[in-house]
Amino acid sequence: MIPELGHFALIIALCFALLLAVVPAWGAWRRNSQAMALAPGLAMGLLFFVGISFACLAIAFLQDDFSVKVVAGNSNSLLPPIYKFSALWGNHEGSLLLWALILSLWTAAVAAFSPQLPLLVLSRVLAVMGAIGVGFLSFSLLTSNPFARLLPGIPADGNDLNPLLQDPGLIIHPPLLYMGYVGFSVAFAFAIAALLGGRLDASWARWSRPWTNVAWAFLSLGIMLGSWWAYYELGWGGWWFWDPVENASFMPWLAGTALLHSLAATEKRGLFKSWTVLLAIFAFSLSLLGTFLVRSGVLTSVHAFATDPARGLFVLAFLAVVVGGSLILYALRAPAVSSRVGFSWVSRESLLLVNNIVFLAATLTVLFGTLFPLIMDALGQGKYSVGPPYFNAVFVPLMALLVPFMGLGPVARWKKDSTRRWQAELAIPAVVAVVCGLTLPLLGGQYNVWVALAVALSGWLVLGLLRDLWYRVRGAASPGAGLRRITPSYWGMFLAHLGFAACVTGVVATSQYNIEHDLKMVPGQTEELAGYSFRLLEVVPAKGPNFVADEARFEVSYQGEVIALLAPQKRRYLASGQVMTEAAIDAGLFRDLFVAMGEPVGEEGAWAVRLHYKPMVRWMWLGAIMMALGGFTTTLDKRYRRQRSAARVASASEALHGT
Amino acid sequence: MAPRLKLFIPLILFAAMAVFLFRGLSLNPQELPSALIDRPLPQFELPALGQERVLAREDLLGEPALLNVWATWCVACRVEHPYLQQLADSGVPIYGVNYKDEDGAAGRWLAELGNPYRFNIADRDGTLGLDLGVYGAPETYLLDADGVIRYRHVGVVDERVWETILQPRYLQLAAGGDTP
Repeated sequence: MIPELGHFALIIALCFALLLAVVPAWGAWRRNSQAMALAPGLAMGLLFFVGISFACLAIAFLQDDFSVKVVAGNSNSLLPPIYKFSALWGNHEGSLLLWALILSLWTAAVAAFSPQLPLLVLSRVLAVMGAIGVGFLSFSLLTSNPFARLLPGIPADGNDLNPLLQDPGLIIHPPLLYMGYVGFSVAFAFAIAALLGGRLDASWARWSRPWTNVAWAFLSLGIMLGSWWAYYELGWGGWWFWDPVENASFMPWLAGTALLHSLAATEKRGLFKSWTVLLAIFAFSLSLLGTFLVRSGVLTSVHAFATDPARGLFVLAFLAVVVGGSLILYALRAPAVSSRVGFSWVSRESLLLVNNIVFLAATLTVLFGTLFPLIMDALGQGKYSVGPPYFNAVFVPLMALLVPFMGLGPVARWKKDSTRRWQAELAIPAVVAVVCGLTLPLLGGQYNVWVALAVALSGWLVLGLLRDLWYRVRGAASPGAGLRRITPSYWGMFLAHLGFAACVTGVVATSQYNIEHDLKMVPGQTEELAGYSFRLLEVVPAKGPNFVADEARFEVSYQGEVIALLAPQKRRYLASGQVMTEAAIDAGLFRDLFVAMGEPVGEEGAWAVRLHYKPMVRWMWLGAIMMALGGFTTTLDKRYRRQRSAARVASASEALHGT
Repeated sequence: MAPRLKLFIPLILFAAMAVFLFRGLSLNPQELPSALIDRPLPQFELPALGQERVLAREDLLGEPALLNVWATWCVACRVEHPYLQQLADSGVPIYGVNYKDEDGAAGRWLAELGNPYRFNIADRDGTLGLDLGVYGAPETYLLDADGVIRYRHVGVVDERVWETILQPRYLQLAAGGDTP
C-alpha cells in the first residue's frame, strides 16, 4: 500500500511541476499577477509531494518490503538500518527520485528565500525550475518507476547493497553531490529568466550569485567525499581516477568555478554579460550531460548502474530540449554588442578573464577526454580509452598556469591598476614564496622539484591573500575593527583561495612523497616504513552484522613509542559472497598511515599486506572543505538581503514600461 | 561575422555533440567490433609474468578457457577480480593478459588480491592487446580448445555476465559443441 501511495504522490508531484512550468510563465507573459503569484505555492506543493513519495520509498527500504523491485535488488534484511536507507539512492530509480527531491528542495528554497525578488523574475525562475522538474519526474515515472513491484514471486530476501556502497561516506556523498549538480539549475533558471526578460544587468548577477556559490560549495563537498571514499574504501590508496562518472561531477564544478568569477565581474562592473549567461547555461548543461553519461551507459565506468537505451534516449531528448532550447534563446536574446564598460589589461577584470579562460579550457579538456572514446566509436574509428596520463598531462599545467594570476587577483583593483603597484605590493610575498619553495620541501625528507614548485605557488597564493588582508585592515583604528569591517564575501573568497592552496600542496606532496610497500607478513613480524614500525600482532576472525572477516591487528610505533593500533579487515559479505578489503588508516595532518590486507599466503598464517605512508593527503580534502566553507560564507553578505526596497521599485518600473 | 551570428556558435557546437551522443546510444561500448570473432587468437611471444619463460599461443590450447585482459591501473579490474577468483576456484581455466602494466605492480596485485590465473602474459607494450583490438581493460575473451576466439566481453565480468552471457557459451564449448 505504501509504495502505491508513493507512486501516486509522484504522479501528483508531476502535475504540480506541470502547473509550475506553465501557469507562472503564462502569467509573466500576460502580466497576470494572480497567475504569477501562484508560483511559490506551487513550488511548495511540488516539494511536499515529492517529499511524500521519497518518504514512502524510504519506508519500503526500512521495512524490507522485497515486493518492491528496487528494494529486492539493492537491500537485504541483514543490512544495518542506515544502509537500508542509503540503499535508496544506491541504484538508478532511487537516485533519480533523490534528484527530483533535491530539485524540488532548491525550487522551494528559491520560492521561500527570495522576498526581494520582483514577482516577474521570481515567476519566470520558478517556471523554468518547474519545467526541469517535469522532465525529471516524467523520466522517473515513464522509464524508471522506483515503486515497480515484483509480483508474483516476492523474493524471501534482497540481493543486498553492493558492499562498496556500504560505507558512511557514501551515505551523504550522493545527496551532497546532487545538491551541487542540481543547485546549478537555479543559476540556469535565473539566466533563462533574464534572457526572457531581456534584462541582463547587475541585479540579475547579484540574485544568482549566492545560489551559485551555495551550489558550488555543495558540489565541492560532494566531490571531496567521493575522493575520500575511493581512498579508504577501494583499498589501494588512490583518490582520483578520471573515471567518466568522476568527470561527470568534476566538469560542472570547473564550469561553476568559472561562473562564480564571471558573475563577480558582471555584478561589480557590468562586464561579460552574455558570457556569464552562457556559463550558467553551460554549468547546468554539464550537470545534465553528467546525468546522461551515467544513466545511459554510453561510456563504461566502474560507477555505471544497470543501463537501458530507453532511458538514455529519454535523457538525451531532455538534454536536447533544455540545452538546445536555452542556447537558441541565448542566440536570439543575449546582447550581441559588447558592453561599453572598458577595462585596462592591468586590472582585476583581466585576471578574472584569465580565470575564466583557464577553467573553461580545463572543462573542455575533461569534456573532450571523456567523450573522445564515444566520438571515435561513433565515427567508426575504433574503440579507445582515455586514461589518467592524458588528463594529468593537460590538467596539471593548466592549474599551475592559473596560480600566479590567482595570487594577483585579490590584490588587484577593478578597472585600472598599475603593474608598479603590484610590484610594490607583492615583491615581498613573491620572494618569501620562492624561499618557502626552496626550503620547506626539505622537511619532507628528500628534496623534490615538483613539491618545491607547488609550495612556492601555494605560498604565493597564501602570502598574497595575507598581504591583501593586512592592507585592508591597517587603515582601521584597531586590528579588530579592521577585521570586523571586512565583508563575508571577502572572507568567503579568502577561505576558498586558501583552500585551493591547501589542495594544490596536498595533491602534489602526496603524489610525490607517497611510499608504499607490498609484502608478506607473518604474525610477530615487524616492518619499517618511513621511520614507522608496523608490527603485525595477530590475525583474528571478526564478525559484522552482514559479513564475516579476517582482521589483522597492527601495532604502529614511531621512535620506540606506540602511536596507533590499526585493524584492517578482509570482509566477506554474506548475501552476495563478495570479498572486500577494509583498509585501516591512522590519519594525521601531515601524514596518513594506511594498512590494507591482501590474501593469505602459504602456511604459517602469513598474509600479503600493503603499507602506505601518505604525507599531507588530508590537505587536499581539508582544502576542498575550506573551499566549500568559503562558498557558504559569501552568502552571509548583507548586500544580498538589503535590496528589497530597490528591487520593488525596479519591478514596478519594469511592470509599467514592459520589457 | 555579424555579432548576432556569433551567438549561435554554442548552439551549433551543442548540436554536433548531441549527434554523437545519439550515435553513442545505439553503440554498445561493451560489444565487440566483431573482427576477431571465430578467428584464431593472434600469434604472440611474450614473457610470463613472474616466471622465467616465454609464452606463445600454443600455451593456451587444449580446453576452452577465458582470457582476461587486466591491469593494475584499471579500477574495474579490481571490481571483477574477486569474481574471477570464484570462477577459477570452481574450475574455469582463466589466463591473464597483464596489459600495459609494470611487472612489479602486477605481482603485488596478485599477491594481495589472489591469483585466479593459470599464468599471466606480460604484455608490457600492449602489442598483444593491439592485435586483439583491446581498447580498455578489463576485457574477457572466450577461447575454445583450438584457441579460436568465440566471444568477447568488454567490461566487468560479474555473476550476471557470467551466468547470462559467458557460462552458456562456455558450457557448450566444454561439451564439445559449436557456439550458435
